[in-house]
Amino acid sequence: MFEIVHDILDVRTLAQQVASQVDGAIVTFSGIVRGTNQGKKVLFLEYEAYPEMATKMMERIASEIRDTWGLSAVRMQHRVGRLNVGETSVVVVVAAPHRDDAFAACQYAINRLKRIVPIWKKEVFEDGEVWVEGPAETVEVP
Amino acid sequence: MKVRVRLFAALREVVGQEEVEMELTPGTTVSGLWEKLVSRNERLGAYGKSINFAVNHEFVPRERELAQGDEVAFLPPVSGG
Repeated sequence: MFEIVHDILDVRTLAQQVASQVDGAIVTFSGIVRGTNQGKKVLFLEYEAYPEMATKMMERIASEIRDTWGLSAVRMQHRVGRLNVGETSVVVVVAAPHRDDAFAACQYAINRLKRIVPIWKKEVFEDGEVWVEGPAETVEVP
Repeated sequence: MKVRVRLFAALREVVGQEEVEMELTPGTTVSGLWEKLVSRNERLGAYGKSINFAVNHEFVPRERELAQGDEVAFLPPVSGG
């Protein structure tokens, strides 16, 4: 349900896992490796995770979604290793009885993932490389 | 007491290791351990203002006291997605 993987991600398979007769909406999000960042051409990305903690934080996000929207049909996968431009780095799927909650919860999940799930990306350019840092903020302790 | 330190991304590259074991005196806090690491490798100091602290896969405040066998991680601002 919440995984760090080395293989190609398949959002359709994940979406099928949450399909059920009670939910009328499935929202999926796929994060794709962009070919440029801040005007610079990106050759490829290297993703690294703290896998044991990353899956635990994904579970925390799912639990927050349960508390806020009462939804439990949530899946998240993030890929690590070398990813080329155009490849999928992350997928999030949420199913809900109605679309408003499915959209809101899916957006919440990806926004939260980008703030508390310990995963980092290095951008590799023609003339160098850099570890990307998200906003420096203290993550709240549960 | 001994704790295990996990290092990732820029911190892993600065230290040149994914993991180090540290011998600490009882009562050492997470930030005390960080300062000990910085004293061994001054280049780490630049990261001190932006890192978060984790013990046994959970975020903790910097004053958290460590225990024998803890797994500690110093996390640069995450950039997944």
